[in-house]
Amino acid sequence: MSLSVESNEKYAAYAHPERLVSTQWVADNLGAENLVVLESDEDILLYSTGHVPGALKIDWHTELNDEVTRDYVDGEGFAQLMAAKGITRESTVVIYGDKSNWWAAYALWVFTLFGHEDVRLMDGGRDKWIAEGRELSTEKPAVTATEYPVIERVDSEIRAFLPEVLKHLGNPLIDVRSAEEYTGERTHMPNYPEEGALRGGHIPTAASVPWAKAAAEDGTFRSRGELEAIYLDGAGLKPGDDVVAYCRIGERSSHTWFVLKHLLGFETVRNYDGSWTEWGNAVGVPIVRGEAAGEMPAQRGARA
Amino acid sequence: MSQLPDALNEIVEEFTEVPEADRLELLLEYSRELPELPARLADHPELFEQVVECQSPLFLAVEVSAEANNPVGLFFSAPPEAPTTRGFASVLAAGLDGAEAAAILAVPDDMPHQLGLTRALSPLRMRGMTAMLGRIKRQISEQLPA
Repeated sequence: MSLSVESNEKYAAYAHPERLVSTQWVADNLGAENLVVLESDEDILLYSTGHVPGALKIDWHTELNDEVTRDYVDGEGFAQLMAAKGITRESTVVIYGDKSNWWAAYALWVFTLFGHEDVRLMDGGRDKWIAEGRELSTEKPAVTATEYPVIERVDSEIRAFLPEVLKHLGNPLIDVRSAEEYTGERTHMPNYPEEGALRGGHIPTAASVPWAKAAAEDGTFRSRGELEAIYLDGAGLKPGDDVVAYCRIGERSSHTWFVLKHLLGFETVRNYDGSWTEWGNAVGVPIVRGEAAGEMPAQRGARA
Repeated sequence: MSQLPDALNEIVEEFTEVPEADRLELLLEYSRELPELPARLADHPELFEQVVECQSPLFLAVEVSAEANNPVGLFFSAPPEAPTTRGFASVLAAGLDGAEAAAILAVPDDMPHQLGLTRALSPLRMRGMTAMLGRIKRQISEQLPA
């Protein structure tokens, strides 16, 4: 049913090599039965300028997010979306996208909320495919709609909400935003206020590891050894840690979630998708400004 | 309520008259039509201001003429891998390039929202578009003779 797992030295070192495929693997398997390739970009028009032949577009904003509530689609919505893209519960889904797979990892994380079993990233994403001079197509593939069961979304394992993050304080947190966002330094010009969050800074004790550190220059994931140097030696994570990652709205931290969960093999990793646009606007939650991670607060906020 | 310059008004109508699903297609067409920079500007990045609110690199240059009514020249630079940003820059170029300074200053700050794309585009993206217009207006105000 599922397609073969790619085996090479780099992937074999990862905790879950079955979660990654190379551009070459995709090129070799295009058109294979049971394979659906999806492009997930930050820019909603990018897919239309040319994509991997046969790949379908999935849009994080209009398709994976609920239109009204700040949340993801529900089981019914996900089932309809999958059916319309010709995906069955048994399909091997390979996702790739722009910006070192940042949005592709976000889509993969949402697929995981619904327990879709075989979902993988194409290492290096869209940019690597193009850099290698591989074929691009503007043809919209024909899709035969399928049946996809309504699966209830399971948030508890890989998603953290604000009250859970408050309870989590004292355990490892990774802030994957840029250094300026972490310190709370404002970079905007007068008359152009940043509307995203009322307060700048980070969650007390969070280690700063900008998400893109996990990507090499060609957009592929760094090797296991390099990733361990960044997250274990650098950020101080220890095997077995219970980790929460966050960013601004939960997209960049999906990339880090993927690295920690699937490449380094941390069992318990949650993405706090409320992230800074929730925390930085919430009443009574502790915030630290500046470069230091900060101390564990005595008071964890009004509701903790 | 301020009036849009005719060319921009026509573009807004062009967007709102088509079904929502076709508006992105229209924006994609505009992205392909963003004019190339003239040679005298192409090699002078120092003449451009970056719109940092955009999620993709976008640079703009504004030239306010000293002629009667101060017609304004608008120039944009954005990479092909940023089609949404290019598309909106192209809308502003087609709708406002050559318009009089006062007419551009009278364009409502929320004009990007009139294109009917707010459901398809994320709030951050819409903010980038609004910032593009805001920076054009600020540069015009600064360049106009007191």
